[in-house]
Amino acid sequence: MSNEIEAIKDPGLPAHVHRQADTDPVAEKRAERQVAILFLISALGTVLFIFAYYFIPEDVFFFFPVLGNTNAHQLFLGLGLAMALFFIGAAAIHWAKTLMPDEEVIAMRHTLRSDDEDRDALVATVKERAGAAGLGRRSLIKRSMGLSLGLIGLSPLILLRDLGPLPGDDLTKTSWKAGTRLVTDPGDRPIRPEDLEVGAVAQVLPEHVGKERRHLSDIAKDAVLLIRLRPEEFQLSSERLSWTYDGIIAFSKICSHMGCAVALYEQTTKHLLCPCHQSTFDVPRAAKVIFGPSARALPQLAITVDSEGYLIAQKPFSEPVGPSFWERSS
Amino acid sequence: MTARERVAGTVANYVDERTGAAKWMKKNLTKVFPDHWSFLLGEIVLYSFIILLLSGTFLTFWYDPSQREVIYDGSYVPLQGLHMSAAYASTLHISFEIRGGMLMRQIHHWAALIFMAGMVVHLMRVYFTGAFRKPREFNWIIGVGLLTLGIVEGFLGYSLPDDLLSGTGIRIAEAIIQALPVVGSYLAFFAFGGAFPGEAFIPRIFTVHILLLPGIFLALITVHLMLVWYQKHTQWPGPGRTEKNVVGYPLMPAYMAKAGGFFFIVFGVTAFLGAVASINPIWLYGPYNPGQVSAGSQPDWYMGWLDGLVRMAPPLETYLFGYTISWNILIPGLIIPGILFTGLALYPFIESWITGDKREHHLLDRPRNVPNRTALGVMSLTFMLVALINGGNDIIATTFSLSINQVMWFSRIGIIILPPIAFVITKRICLSLQRADRELVLHGRETGRLLMLPHGEFVEVHEPISPELAWKLTAHEQAPALALEDVDARGVRRAGGLKNKLRKRMSQANAESIAKPTANDLKEIEHH
Repeated sequence: MSNEIEAIKDPGLPAHVHRQADTDPVAEKRAERQVAILFLISALGTVLFIFAYYFIPEDVFFFFPVLGNTNAHQLFLGLGLAMALFFIGAAAIHWAKTLMPDEEVIAMRHTLRSDDEDRDALVATVKERAGAAGLGRRSLIKRSMGLSLGLIGLSPLILLRDLGPLPGDDLTKTSWKAGTRLVTDPGDRPIRPEDLEVGAVAQVLPEHVGKERRHLSDIAKDAVLLIRLRPEEFQLSSERLSWTYDGIIAFSKICSHMGCAVALYEQTTKHLLCPCHQSTFDVPRAAKVIFGPSARALPQLAITVDSEGYLIAQKPFSEPVGPSFWERSS
Repeated sequence: MTARERVAGTVANYVDERTGAAKWMKKNLTKVFPDHWSFLLGEIVLYSFIILLLSGTFLTFWYDPSQREVIYDGSYVPLQGLHMSAAYASTLHISFEIRGGMLMRQIHHWAALIFMAGMVVHLMRVYFTGAFRKPREFNWIIGVGLLTLGIVEGFLGYSLPDDLLSGTGIRIAEAIIQALPVVGSYLAFFAFGGAFPGEAFIPRIFTVHILLLPGIFLALITVHLMLVWYQKHTQWPGPGRTEKNVVGYPLMPAYMAKAGGFFFIVFGVTAFLGAVASINPIWLYGPYNPGQVSAGSQPDWYMGWLDGLVRMAPPLETYLFGYTISWNILIPGLIIPGILFTGLALYPFIESWITGDKREHHLLDRPRNVPNRTALGVMSLTFMLVALINGGNDIIATTFSLSINQVMWFSRIGIIILPPIAFVITKRICLSLQRADRELVLHGRETGRLLMLPHGEFVEVHEPISPELAWKLTAHEQAPALALEDVDARGVRRAGGLKNKLRKRMSQANAESIAKPTANDLKEIEHH
């Protein structure tokens, strides 16, 4: 016996095993009937679909286990369509599996690589054709062509310029100005300190003048949260403390991470939580980030009251609100 | 000749005289396709794409891609009288007033999820079985491109209704654009036609969603399928199957019937889901308002891993010379996904560099026989899974009464330590399975029958396995590691030493395996 390592041998394609329907005429008839029945179920599905479309009213709801309260029109329309489609597939596959030829055959693969002869001929042709065009020789044409093709790529880019205006100072400015009244959202009513109890939260917007409705783009920068604590609960610098009024502190509601509305306030811990990425801000410490991906505290709005006792902004936001951007300085 | 044959002949003649199709058809109607359930995964993707085109076209008949503000006066009572965009109002109209509209919306959304899931599972099939190897690298890259575009297309699609949830998603996308160094705020203003949200974005992404991206999909899918057709499908190793042949069923009639039937099955299942399983109930979310948000806001799952990465990012920003770089957005939102998808696209080339294997492969690998590749795949999946889990950290926290901080810290630590652990475990499992295969070939199947020998010893009777199975378990190649020397024949250190060392190290790890049984081993056992 030689010492050469001998692999286990390939026994070759196993012999074909006939199905019952191939040999037994009764089984063949049975399979044929089964396929026909499957097609008929599909036809019934279409009938159900048409019936549901025209005859089941759209406002009938009924309780269905698992699904809960279900609209009958929509449910039977969908079930009819699903039945009609599914059973066509089931019939075709059953037909293929029981009655169509199932003998495995062997086909040979062709090599993907071209013959050397063809490859050489191609290279020769390309060289000859390219040579005839004289691309290699005519460097003046080559360079000017490079220039023009390079430049023409700029036109579509330039054409896109009017997609939008330049940002300008839009990202750094909001509608809040010194003396702007805080109004409720929704409702647009001016708000007094006594409207807020200790522990309460309110969403406010700057008072809106003019007939036009407020733009969503303005809300996206102007939304502010008011939170009232006991004044002694604040742990603020004296400057920031002067931005509060009687325990009421105001923060931009637009998250300093990615701009979601920081909507969840937990009264017991005095934390503000952004539901998008869970940045958590500590309200008594000027909305300092205590957890999550945000790198900056929520901007604080300096507030006070006007002569009529309504809450107003002392001055605009001292920093841009919302997510960071390149031109932001801190 | 019957009348029917005459008509068919006339039609065929008419077409062939104008196209010469007969020659091509003759050859291709009997084209052989190997059969295996895992080859159906790509088909599911193709069929979902067709379902998406059909149901999506239906939806465009009523959808109004406009952020113009309207006052809702439709039949859904809770929202009556509210200001909202025409896009949102028309989506409500499709859902509540158009008969079958809700069904079609739900079919469209379900088909999109199946499309994406199908792509992911198809990719896993191709990866774990080594079907991406030469000559199929182009198709692998096209596939990675389709997956990437699919994520974008899905995101744009669920953004179109302009409800509170999807608007929040757009807000986050805007923040990612805005975070790009130097050009960020400009790009954001160009994309949105001004400040977020403006009135330009929905109409623009509508065009991209229904024209630009589907067009690219159609082109890429066509090339993808033409290459599959031309290169012929891969096949599993088995008796009679070699690198030179393809064993399976001819296209006509059985394969046509099965593939065509499978389209209807996929469509039927999608329609069933659309009928019974409510998805994206936008009427519950309300119209988008940047000052509001719903708790539990999260994207569809194929974006969820990305959101999970963003959630777990450390709070890092750099402020330099009056400019801001938001690492907390750039790293999870762009840099890590960029590395992941580039690595995915380049994987076939990396593997062939490690193994030095430049040959064509048409026989698939059983995942256990390539432990390193399999382990790397499971490691990547583990990474994605931890990211995805963190994408739902709020839901997990509320469902299992955990604190959000606990879930977040689990993910932050887990995403670093779990993938390598998964690698090691997977590799060990693969080697154990190889050992089990060896046992099975050499000693046969355990029958469970006990035999008492005359001297009282009990032994279990083993039955030899069939030659077909033995061949299947041993048909794979076990290539040795690359013999890379650090020094050349004259004892001079080679250039690129570190690269060489890395390649050598990886090649060695790659070659680690349990020796497959040979005929010699079998004979030796018979002698005992």
